[in-house]
Amino acid sequence: MSTLERVVEALAGISHTVQKPRDGAVAIEIEASVVPQALAALRDRAGFDTNVFVTAIDRYPAEPRFTVCYSFLSTAHNDRVRVQARIPGEKPHIATITHLWPGTAYSERECYDMFGIVFDGHTGLKRLLMPQGYDHHPLRKDFPHQGIEPDRLYREWDQRRRDRSPLRSESEA
Amino acid sequence: MGSLKPADGHASETGFFVTQVDWVVNWGRKNSLWPMPLGLSCCGIELMAMIGPKFDIARFGAEAARFSPRQCDLMVVAGTLTWKMAEAARLIYDQMPDPKWVIAMGVCSSSGGMYDSYSVVQGVDMILPVDLYVPGCPPRPDAVIDAILKLQKKIEREKPFQLLLDGDVVGEYDSGTKRFLRAPNHGVPTTGSHEVLPPTKPGRGRS
Ligand code: SF4
Repeated sequence: MSTLERVVEALAGISHTVQKPRDGAVAIEIEASVVPQALAALRDRAGFDTNVFVTAIDRYPAEPRFTVCYSFLSTAHNDRVRVQARIPGEKPHIATITHLWPGTAYSERECYDMFGIVFDGHTGLKRLLMPQGYDHHPLRKDFPHQGIEPDRLYREWDQRRRDRSPLRSESEA
Repeated sequence: MGSLKPADGHASETGFFVTQVDWVVNWGRKNSLWPMPLGLSCCGIELMAMIGPKFDIARFGAEAARFSPRQCDLMVVAGTLTWKMAEAARLIYDQMPDPKWVIAMGVCSSSGGMYDSYSVVQGVDMILPVDLYVPGCPPRPDAVIDAILKLQKKIEREKPFQLLLDGDVVGEYDSGTKRFLRAPNHGVPTTGSHEVLPPTKPGRGRS
């Protein structure tokens, strides 16, 4: 049984579309609302026991703007499947899958950090790479690559430090 | 030992005795620079090569790399400084006792280099007063050794005893461009008008 057949069999009863990507990978697209069920079926019925990554594609300005991509590996069958779900650009959110694969917690945090996609049900959803308190989501296509006030957090921290320190005079920039 | 004669002009300004104290202090300082290896990325590897036996920075008295900023007086920013790391770098700099010097090693720390990006500090002179910039990606260890020799030349020109009398001089900071224009000169005479930040505490450390 080929990988695709196994995947389609596991997803019986859940609406999905089989994609034909140019790289030849087994790829399916599902509705964002069925993500937990569909991925649980892939794990339990098709043997995809490892999550490789969770990331997103920003198709700005097209709508629905974001495509959340999952990649799974089956260590028993030595094959992979790619799953995509599209979500709109306004307040993007999708259900977490950390209860299925606890290791996706980091991937989801990174995805939240870089794209601003909220993973509902994730119990520690904070930024992974950018400093806490950062305003933007840098991998969005409408974010300028040189950043928007990239030094703001540092300057604020510096100012608080200067305000505290009795040795620093006010006129010191 | 080199010449004990005062440099021209110094004797009239500070007196012969003070000049000699400056000379001895500078001689000690410049030959025992203890680097703080702030190895942030690829340049850090080259920094290690420089400290190791092949290039052997011990020949210039700067081999005692300490991992506590309290024991260092030369900060070598070796690598890509991100804004998230900038707070740590500034804290480490502030924890170093005076006198202290900064070498920006590699184009990343000198100007941001190829990382013209939201996450990278576009030159560590945005957060630290830099004494020497070393170009290269990464600079060869010889280039950094050359920088240390140039820094020794710079230290030779400082007037620490005069500084003790006058109070400290903090590096020149341009709040418009948010860059340090000049490192703290430790008493090196300068020309032209410039904004020197006020002393923090006469004759004592800056931070
Ligand atoms: S200057 Fe080049 S070698 Fe050095 S940290 Fe930057 S990229 Fe790496």
